[in-house]
Amino acid sequence: MFFMRNVAVIGVGMTKFGELWDYSLRQIFTMAAIEALEDAGCSNRDIEAFYVGNMSAGLFIGQEHLGALLADNAGLKNIPAMRVEGACASGGLALREAYLTIKAGEYDLVMVGGIEKMSDSPCTEDVTTTLGAAADQEWETFVGLTFPGAYALIAKAHMERYGTTKEQLAMVAVKNHKNGKNNPKAQFRREITIEQVLASGIVADPLSLLDCSPISDGGAAVILASEDMAKKFSDTPVWILGSGQASDTLALHDREDLTSLKATRLAAEKAYTAANMGPKDVNFAEVHDCFTIAEIVATEDLGFFHPGGGGKAVEEGLTEVDGKIPINPSGGLKAKGHPVGATGVAQVVSVVEQLRGEAHKRQVNRAETALTHNVGGSGATAVVHIFSR
Amino acid sequence: MAHLESVPMFWRRMKSLYSLIGVECLNCGKKYFPPRLICPECGGKEMKDYRFKGTGKVVSYSIIDVPPKGLKYQTPYGLAIVELDEGVRVTGQLVGCNLGEIKAGMRVETTFRKIIAVNKNGVIQYGYKFRPEGYPRINNGEKK
Repeated sequence: MFFMRNVAVIGVGMTKFGELWDYSLRQIFTMAAIEALEDAGCSNRDIEAFYVGNMSAGLFIGQEHLGALLADNAGLKNIPAMRVEGACASGGLALREAYLTIKAGEYDLVMVGGIEKMSDSPCTEDVTTTLGAAADQEWETFVGLTFPGAYALIAKAHMERYGTTKEQLAMVAVKNHKNGKNNPKAQFRREITIEQVLASGIVADPLSLLDCSPISDGGAAVILASEDMAKKFSDTPVWILGSGQASDTLALHDREDLTSLKATRLAAEKAYTAANMGPKDVNFAEVHDCFTIAEIVATEDLGFFHPGGGGKAVEEGLTEVDGKIPINPSGGLKAKGHPVGATGVAQVVSVVEQLRGEAHKRQVNRAETALTHNVGGSGATAVVHIFSR
Repeated sequence: MAHLESVPMFWRRMKSLYSLIGVECLNCGKKYFPPRLICPECGGKEMKDYRFKGTGKVVSYSIIDVPPKGLKYQTPYGLAIVELDEGVRVTGQLVGCNLGEIKAGMRVETTFRKIIAVNKNGVIQYGYKFRPEGYPRINNGEKK
């Protein structure tokens, strides 16, 4: 099955991430879509199907039915269009669905979108409540669990078992802000210090405000093509070598181990097997750092470091842009911004820029292979993709 | 948020929220909270109600400073994943102790408390929270 058809990314586009008060959800997405079409060198009428990742336009802005809405706005007239939802992993899932349809031979040219408009919510409490819907509404959120709270429970368990420190968590934020500074589309383009992170006010102990990714608006789009189409449209296709996805219990408390995300481990295993690669063959990765602890756990679950070694690795600089395995050279969710449904697609945009050698000041040396890792909820959904130029 | 004001959504869960009623799989004996209709372990579909004792230990915890809607008046509050003595884990708030005293491994028991009242016209929703085991009972003037 893995040898059915090769699939490539031939065009990418994304808006700046941040509080985009001047633009609506549909405008933000359409800007990203136009950029992706222009980058691919194809027209709106060439696209055969459209998948869009979005977590919660219904709760954020009261709008559902995004597949048709956004296909219409992007000028994709009458093609099959649908929204894919897996909380913060929605974008990665949309990518995978599109990839599978091309691989299966149904389509040759598909647009994948990711979009979230979060800043239209009246206040932080509303956003916290909406994001809480990614956890078990009846048995977690109801009793007072928040989304930062879920990752705080993971952080406490990780600190307890492995001795991971708050300073090591802070170093993830410091590194990602340093990377974000060089990304013109990042929400935060300034460096921060460990002291600032530690003093930034507790959201859910042990996580402070600067351990958390921000509330963001943003859109991203990529064009996927079958091998024949890729060769027709592009001189610099980026190939998807492997795709893996797994799920787990929605409630964090139902999982045996709080220090690792089983869904990430399973998804990575499938992607590595499909790509016939291992963690050592990956040159750099864009991982799901919705909170600083999430990046540390991800780098362990993806096999870059041994369990419990993620904190030390950040401290030793192994995950810097010029380190052994650069993690989130784009700035990650922390500094680039985290419009939840757009994130999984924006990760692909970042990876493609790197593999084409177009990442300018944040360019990773010898970037030939890359991995993206997108998580929904506290780890109930995970999706991993491996790319090469 | 409409779901927080939904009476039937709360009413359906009352048995479990009030009395910690879960289920036990009649085929393999595994226990679940909240109730499930099929056992993920053995595929068994015959379940019987099981009432958990409500005692256990803190597995991991946090102090929540930024709450979801409806819980602002309680912040900061302690929140924990508790492993019940029957081996099943649940999430709940920690009350009846100073926030600084909360530790992984501490013994706790359930206590019946108000969970949330979203607006003054809505139903007041009650359920379980956790407090240190052996917490002194409030004596409402009655003889013990």
